[in-house]
Amino acid sequence: MSTTAPSGSSRVELFDAVVRYLFLNLGVPALAVALFLAAWSGVASTVKVSFGALPGPSAVANEAGNLWQDHLAERQRESDFYKRQTERRAAFLAKSPQGEWKDRRYAGRPTYIDQIVTSLKTVFVGFLIASLVAVPLGVVCGLSRAFNTAINPFVQIFKPVSPLAWLPIVMILVSALYNPTEPLFEKAFISSAIVVALCSLWPTLINTALGVASIDQDFLNVARVLRLSWFDKIFKIVLPAALPLIFTGLRLSLSVGWMVLIAAEMLAQNPGLGKFVWDMFQNGSSQTLAQIMVAVFTIGGIGFLLDRIMFALQRAVTFGRTAH
Amino acid sequence: MAFLEIKHASKTYHSGRARTEVLADINLEIAEGEFVAIVGYSGAGKSTLINFLSGLVAPDTGSVLLEGKPITGPGPDRGIIFQNYSLLPWLSVFGNIALAVDQVHRDWSADRRRQHIERHIAMVNLTPARDKKPHELSGGMRQRVSVARTLAINPRILLMDEPFGALDALTRATLQQETLQIWEADRKTVVLITNDPDEAILMADRVIPLTAGPRATLGPSIPITLPRPRRRAELNASYDFKQIRAEVTDYLLKSSDHRRLGVQRSLILPDIEPENLNTRSWTSTRRPVRRSEVKTETIET
Repeated sequence: MSTTAPSGSSRVELFDAVVRYLFLNLGVPALAVALFLAAWSGVASTVKVSFGALPGPSAVANEAGNLWQDHLAERQRESDFYKRQTERRAAFLAKSPQGEWKDRRYAGRPTYIDQIVTSLKTVFVGFLIASLVAVPLGVVCGLSRAFNTAINPFVQIFKPVSPLAWLPIVMILVSALYNPTEPLFEKAFISSAIVVALCSLWPTLINTALGVASIDQDFLNVARVLRLSWFDKIFKIVLPAALPLIFTGLRLSLSVGWMVLIAAEMLAQNPGLGKFVWDMFQNGSSQTLAQIMVAVFTIGGIGFLLDRIMFALQRAVTFGRTAH
Repeated sequence: MAFLEIKHASKTYHSGRARTEVLADINLEIAEGEFVAIVGYSGAGKSTLINFLSGLVAPDTGSVLLEGKPITGPGPDRGIIFQNYSLLPWLSVFGNIALAVDQVHRDWSADRRRQHIERHIAMVNLTPARDKKPHELSGGMRQRVSVARTLAINPRILLMDEPFGALDALTRATLQQETLQIWEADRKTVVLITNDPDEAILMADRVIPLTAGPRATLGPSIPITLPRPRRRAELNASYDFKQIRAEVTDYLLKSSDHRRLGVQRSLILPDIEPENLNTRSWTSTRRPVRRSEVKTETIET
């Protein structure tokens, strides 16, 4: 008989441990969610607003299904449109081969899914601009005390500014400066992305500066002994050493950016989730509240997912602490 | 003219208002191919002294010369083995050595550099750990990487700043022996800093005590005539070894006699005088008086 096989009692202990683990990590949150949903549906039916009762969980879930159906229906209409257009063009060209035919684009309204995609695109463009500005600036701040002191007042003053204060300035500047004949991007899109960038670059800037400034002196001594060039010092020593804190900054920046985006889209009328919430609010139909609540859960869920992705990236670049 | 020379060097560190003259009137001459060990107390300024040679710290007065030319900054001709290894934690064993080799031997082909790195990893018996990151290695293995990295850039002088100080006694003995074997192959100039007289005597041609600080300075150098190759086990029974060790230890102990033995501690009293609670008036309450006061007392032992 093998001596390593678990005896009867230790197998029971193991089973107990697994059950306890599952209960704590899945059972407790599930219970909390269930309690919340019950309380919500209990309270919702008693609260009356100008257009009916506050929607409960089932109404909101129902509305989410409706939005998905709308999306599918809209896609169907779009493909039908293009199919009809192709047929018509063929018929037109058969009748008059010299005639000039112009294809039209489908002018349907964006669906809820389209709006989510627009929001994601906007936040990534804004986040990208913020990162491209903040990381190099943060490196210079971390390397030079003088530069850091010079830039500090601006950081302190601009950091707490609300996106709603930036937006009018940005919109006016974008209208004045961005007037190409064939615009690649909507003005609203650019304004929203820039506002996201303005509000989300600070955590990256501050954390990068901190990461670079707090590099182990020994690493810099290695660079000095080897006489690394400035370029090699930055890319082989400084940036890798500061990477964990840079990613901490980027993670914070992305969550700030996502939060700011909704407000920016509301005001700039960028066709994303922010505009969706605003339009529903202006509609004032009986589904308004349920639709806005779907948007709230979508925003929360996507924010959570983005944070998890950044967390995974952060873990991947943090050296030496993966052993636990 | 000596190969490597320090003349009348001194260094003072300032911290707030306090200034401490760590090293005073340091004079040192080292011949090419010599293995010199400097033994001293912790905190006596040993690292500052070796950093004069590496160029990471410049002396306030005096000069540091390599073949008669002043040393103005660090460079790969003087390889340093740091006490805390200073390995880059995001690079593998290979990567850490490659960083140094790629920089110093730029003119070599990629293949030649790779072979050179592999050879040095093999030299310190780390081939199986070639792709491991520093945090996956034990202290002794990390120090081996550090030794390999320094030797791979083929420096003219090897500076070792308490290289085995952070290791347990058994690992330390193994690494001392290994390092000696590697050194005996090409007999580079070595300056070893240590707080362990045994280690100094085991490894060096000449041991120089550094007196206890502040104002630490070098004592008379003690030549070690024990035959090489030396084995620790044999030395423990050697009469000469014991004789030299007694000499070094006596000198160091005497040098610290001028320091008062004992503990100094600062008592930081609350920065406030109690309020007078007998004052009755509401309008003229006496404010609590603050005064900065630090009382220093010395406990004689």
